[in-house]
Amino acid sequence: MAEHTNISTAARQNWMGLLARAPEGDLMALWARYEAQPGFEWLRNPEVGGVMVRGRTGGTGAPFNLGEMTVTRCSLVLEDGTVGHSYVQGRSKSKAEAAALIDALMQTSAAEAVRDQVIAPLKEQMLTEKTDRAAKAAATKVEFFTMVRGED
Amino acid sequence: MTAQSQFSGGFQNAPVQAAHAFRAAMTVMARPGEIRTLAGGEAPQPLSVAAGTLLLTLCDPDTKVHLAGAANTEAVREWLSFHTGAQLSAASEADFAVGTWSELGPLGAYRIGTSEYPDRSATLIVECDVLQQAGAQLRGPGIKDTAHLSLPDIPALQANAALYPLGCDFFFTCGDQVAALPRSTQISAEA
Repeated sequence: MAEHTNISTAARQNWMGLLARAPEGDLMALWARYEAQPGFEWLRNPEVGGVMVRGRTGGTGAPFNLGEMTVTRCSLVLEDGTVGHSYVQGRSKSKAEAAALIDALMQTSAAEAVRDQVIAPLKEQMLTEKTDRAAKAAATKVEFFTMVRGED
Repeated sequence: MTAQSQFSGGFQNAPVQAAHAFRAAMTVMARPGEIRTLAGGEAPQPLSVAAGTLLLTLCDPDTKVHLAGAANTEAVREWLSFHTGAQLSAASEADFAVGTWSELGPLGAYRIGTSEYPDRSATLIVECDVLQQAGAQLRGPGIKDTAHLSLPDIPALQANAALYPLGCDFFFTCGDQVAALPRSTQISAEA
């Protein structure tokens, strides 16, 4: 069984979070272009469920329930025994499968290739989309200012 | 391909397999002395197929499980929390306990419920070397005349039955075979 303990939790959280938030179309397009598609077995078949999203106002506010969101999760094991998990937003089982495979591959020697071909472009696309949207929103911002303050 | 990991051995088709397993568990509990096949899940050693399948079927994040003796290994703990999310606990708080009869220890350690809530009791999953319809004689609800089942410790189980409506319930597992003994069954030693 392959043991990989040299991966920091923060790094793994980083790519798992990215995969969870990624738009399905972008992720699937990039993943389809990845050549060395590995064989795997299911540990937990993809299943759709809901999770409660909780928020907190300010640093000291009590947590409150923001609302439920739909997530799909699955777990699988590669042929070398590496386990990949995924929790992704939405109800796409194929996206959950791709995300779990990428999570597993990121723990193996294929990590560099996956990072170059999938993770990095995905991150860039999502960032571009975010900045585009922010720029579009910023263009509509109205600055209010006082022309003439009423004479007293 | 036989990729294995510490999490292997869950249900491959959870809705169907869990329903079949639950039906088998319910049938043996309703008809003490009857032996059914129970398969689908494979827990890490030393748990049997039937015991692993029972845990997958009955446990969830709200149930507390006590792993007794040799069953309390790192592999079993990881497998159980991955597949069921069940919390592990001491014998005195457990809803379910798994192990061989000698490892489970005296029955006094387990919850027997209260007069107001007799259901707040433990269900013990006892791993046996043999399981056959011979040995102790059983009478009571779910049994037409009498039934027979190989029981590990007749006096202790008689004492448990005497607590009725309180007391523990038992599943006996051996390989992929399962039988059950609810607290309502009266036990006598002669075969």
